[in-house]
Amino acid sequence: MTVAALPIPSRTAEAEERPLKLRIANLSFWYGRRQVLFDVTLPVRERRITALIGPSGCGKSTLLRCINRLHDLEPGHRYQGRILLEPGGLDVLAPHTDPLLVRLRIGMVFQKPNPFPTSIYENVAAGLRIRGVRKRALLDEQVEKSLRRAGLWAEVKDRLHDHAFNLSGGQQQRLCIARALAPEPELLLLDEPTSALDPAATAHIEALLSELKSRYTILLVTHLMQQAARIAHDVAFLHLGRLVEFGPAAEVLVRPRDPRTRRYLAGHAA
Amino acid sequence: MPSVGAEGLSSFAPSAGFLRRRRLLAGLFAALLWAAAALSVLITLAIVAVLIGESLPFLEEVGLSAVLLDTVWTPLFAEPRYGIWALVAGTLTTTLIALALALPAGLALALYLCEYAPPRLREAAKPVLELLAAVPTVVYGYFALLVVTPLLQGLIPGLPPFNMLAAGLVLGVMILPYAVSLSEDALRAVPRELREAAYALGFTRLQTGLGVMLPAARSGIVSAFLLALARAMGETMVVTLAAGQNPRFTFNPLEGAATMTAYIVQVSFGDVPYGSRAYRSLFVVALGLFLCTFAVNLLATLLSRKRSHRGA
Ligand SMILES: Nc1ncnc2c1ncn2[C@@H]1O[C@H](COP(=O)(O)OP(=O)(O)OP(=O)(O)O)[C@@H](O)[C@H]1O
Ligand SMILES: [Mg+2]
Repeated sequence: MTVAALPIPSRTAEAEERPLKLRIANLSFWYGRRQVLFDVTLPVRERRITALIGPSGCGKSTLLRCINRLHDLEPGHRYQGRILLEPGGLDVLAPHTDPLLVRLRIGMVFQKPNPFPTSIYENVAAGLRIRGVRKRALLDEQVEKSLRRAGLWAEVKDRLHDHAFNLSGGQQQRLCIARALAPEPELLLLDEPTSALDPAATAHIEALLSELKSRYTILLVTHLMQQAARIAHDVAFLHLGRLVEFGPAAEVLVRPRDPRTRRYLAGHAA
Repeated sequence: MPSVGAEGLSSFAPSAGFLRRRRLLAGLFAALLWAAAALSVLITLAIVAVLIGESLPFLEEVGLSAVLLDTVWTPLFAEPRYGIWALVAGTLTTTLIALALALPAGLALALYLCEYAPPRLREAAKPVLELLAAVPTVVYGYFALLVVTPLLQGLIPGLPPFNMLAAGLVLGVMILPYAVSLSEDALRAVPRELREAAYALGFTRLQTGLGVMLPAARSGIVSAFLLALARAMGETMVVTLAAGQNPRFTFNPLEGAATMTAYIVQVSFGDVPYGSRAYRSLFVVALGLFLCTFAVNLLATLLSRKRSHRGA
């Protein structure tokens, strides 16, 4: 399916009606004794792209990692507040919630490409295998579909069983996107997925994301304002761990209300 | 911007003298490293040369076939026989028992420490492991003879006081901390991003450990176990004390048998007249031990290279 084939709704009007995929409410986070997130409240709409912007070190990655409980891998962190994953209102941060259940519904792509030390095929199939998919035909089909969606299929279709480390950096990143897409997660967390890519590969990923938004909910961290403007529906501006501004992309990026957002955007325009 | 000098050079541009000194130092250092590497290769070659040089006259006297085509090792008898396979069998059997214990236990422990253990335990385990690795081997030897063998005799009636099972098991316990400590280092060196990718995709700890961490750390883990295996092969006290000094061509763990190292230590202790033919057989055994260790090394290198030559 291409972007052109989709009905193009008036963004702002319809955005209001979209059900929420994620409700982040009064979220605070500490690394040890150091508080990094302060009382963040952010709704993420279903099958929309929400862009998270803000200066380096403001806590964007930290926020993303709260959502799939990735902080649990390191000791000495503390959460406060609530994150609800819809439908079903799964209480992500509750101590009795199994982080595996959360992670099985969410996909993530990291800032740096991090393929597994195995073949291209097995990288994409990994998420399916651990979800119990055994049928070869189904795996083959889903691997191809995911690689196509990530725009990598043409380049790797003859070398699926090559080692993933033999790919270029940009190809590895697209492989990681394919790996995240393969199990068809409800929510996709993307942490500056194009920061390691050249403009052509970036454009490709952006086109891909625009296409994916009809099927997936995407939360995208980016430091490229143009990227946010091009593909995001909603934009959240994070500053020193606080959510300063949130709204439709057209409003936040064009007519920011908060002076901190204005300053940041002005700095980026310069 | 840094200030720019008269000729358009940055004021931080180094002088010619500085560059010369820097180049000299780099060259000196490279030469030093090269010399160190060359020295270690030379020493190894010298050892091999001595072993071969001392073995050749012996082999000429008794013939290569007497060594390689016989399985009875009785150099001290009136009619001596030199079938080295009797000793090789002892070494291989004890080493394989050790590996059969240390490999699964070592991998499991390293994975446990890496993926499951609370950080406090992980930090505490490391020095304990290193301490265990430093226990003198004679302690392990008496432990095998006085604790493990009686225990095994309770389970297996008729087990002789000297047996390769006890020796091999204790050998396995002995190399375990070593293998775990080195494997854990290898696992810890796996990039954090890789681990995060696995968990983010919904992997369980076990799936992360077996599916991502072990493969990613494979070459480090292979060399960890290789070093441990070389230690087990070259280990003397444990096998001499627990498996006995009676050369016997058998792979049955329930029997006692001398290993190559046990024979070497026996001869070196002076039971054998200096310069006699039996004395010189020592070098042939040493050469055999060297070749065994070398073969294991080669095998493991090939193994780890074949699987990961495309990787990083
Ligand atoms: N493991 C950690 N332990 C302690 N502090 C951390 C840790 N990780 C990040 N921080 C701190 O938390 C703050 C937020 O970091 P975070 O990585 O979320 O920023 P970011 O917005 O993603 O920045 P960037 O745009 O540069 O990626 C930073 O001040 C950082 O120094
Ligand atoms: Mg970041």
